[in-house]
Amino acid sequence: MPSTTIFWEQLKRSFAITKKDIRIYYSKGPVVVFGLIFPLFLFLAFTIGRNLSAEELFPGLIGMAVFFTATSVGPAILPWETRSKTLERLACSPVSIWAIFFGDILASFIFGILISLVPLGIALIIGVEIMDLLTLSLGMILATLCFASLSVLLSVYPPTDIPATVMMLSSLIKFPLVFISGVFAPIEQLPEWARIAASLSPLTYFTDLARYAINGISYYSVSVDLVVLATFMSVFLVSSVKLHEKFLPQRFS
Amino acid sequence: MSIAVAVHNLTKHYGDITAVDHISFEVKQGEIFGFLGPNGAGKTTTIRILTGIIKPDEGTATIMGHDIEKEPLQAKQIMGIVPEMSNAYIDLSAWNNLMLIGELYGVPKKQRTERANKLLEKFGLFDRRDQLVRGFSKGMKQRLILCMALINEPSILFLDEPTSGLDVESAKMIREIIKELNSVGATVFLTTHNMDEANRLCDRIAILNHGMIAAIDTPENLRMKSSSLQSIEVSFDHSVSANDLAKIPCTTQVEKMGDKIKIYTSDPSETLNCIMDYAHSHNMRIITLNTLAPSLEEVFLKLTQTKHEG
Repeated sequence: MPSTTIFWEQLKRSFAITKKDIRIYYSKGPVVVFGLIFPLFLFLAFTIGRNLSAEELFPGLIGMAVFFTATSVGPAILPWETRSKTLERLACSPVSIWAIFFGDILASFIFGILISLVPLGIALIIGVEIMDLLTLSLGMILATLCFASLSVLLSVYPPTDIPATVMMLSSLIKFPLVFISGVFAPIEQLPEWARIAASLSPLTYFTDLARYAINGISYYSVSVDLVVLATFMSVFLVSSVKLHEKFLPQRFS
Repeated sequence: MSIAVAVHNLTKHYGDITAVDHISFEVKQGEIFGFLGPNGAGKTTTIRILTGIIKPDEGTATIMGHDIEKEPLQAKQIMGIVPEMSNAYIDLSAWNNLMLIGELYGVPKKQRTERANKLLEKFGLFDRRDQLVRGFSKGMKQRLILCMALINEPSILFLDEPTSGLDVESAKMIREIIKELNSVGATVFLTTHNMDEANRLCDRIAILNHGMIAAIDTPENLRMKSSSLQSIEVSFDHSVSANDLAKIPCTTQVEKMGDKIKIYTSDPSETLNCIMDYAHSHNMRIITLNTLAPSLEEVFLKLTQTKHEG
């Protein structure tokens, strides 16, 4: 069978895994509510009393919504499936490891995009003017894919079957990433050391893009933001597949 | 007959422990091949290697000519699998579980719908098809897992302890289905603890112990080969001392069982003559006399215990 045919066939099987993930993990009321409420409340906690306009608030809010929704469930899927003994069933089916994890990433991506459309819609309803919708949309797609890949990467190690362990460890990475990303204040207002730290987080580049799309001002150029986001996405995507290939057998020992 | 499974020098280590130790065997197409062994013998590790879940440290395994390491997708495509430690998705309905597995095997929608309907009917799950698996009994779950293994109409079926812990009715149904599938040409690779099941279902059996093949043959040949386990069961019209009978040549062990005595012998014919002589010389009549081949369970215990003691 030609390799392109095999690739498309495997991609179709990825979609089956995506459908399964959405049915089992994402279409639950509490998950949806958490995806909507958590970023909003975290954002409000840091912005109330600062007398900022909706245009100034929105880039940080959409950044947090995309980040938290796309990374909310992904890390727990693998330990959960290890524990419930369904991972072994997937591993012995004729689906490549990349296709299994791409399916998981795609489910996180779809959930992240759909939930993030809610704050975007609210922003439009309350009169936030988006100057460059195309850049914002492109940035959202790249960022959501990037964070969805990160969420699957976070479940690589330790190869445990306890979802709480992975969720705790992933929180240790997720929260510092939010705090260094210029979500609560524009990057140019940060001290030098914080700007260097911010440059290490993919969320910085999406928030910067969102600021550009709404206010026309950004710290980095749009092309830098897009290229860096795409680079982070590629690194997370490839490393999550490669590392899962390496550590997956340990889950069956 | 062509070869369905060819295993050569297969080895798997977990740290210092050798779970599978340079085993080699072949399974012919259309065979029901039993894989027996005590807990920790390496059965599940072997089946996990054969189904592509883990990689061996040494050796090769081919499924219908496809090397499981080099062509895993092609090899897995023609398998149906009931793993020992596997489960259906409890938050999906029986129907959605079947559709998922059908999609993972690339079965076109029309075919997987038709097959799912037939399988659910056959396994008595059709009326429960839209219910979440969470509410299923163990027997129902196992029947569903077997349906999932059959949705791609596999040429070879790997079953790891398929009837373990099931109610009598579900276990019987699964055994009948195995026989039925085999009768239409499917090769079956079965691991089980149930000697009676292995004896009734399998064309050939491999007994695995400490990661190595202790014996491999048909159930009948395995029993016949264990000459020291052949026995004669005898009862007399007078009570006799088991110690007297232990002196009969070729006797390996004597066991008193109520009013009968079971004499294990390596030469049943010679022992039979000696028993007759003994009865005549002691002026006794023989009430019952049976020559017994060893049960598969006795063969299994002998092979696994011998190795263990060794």
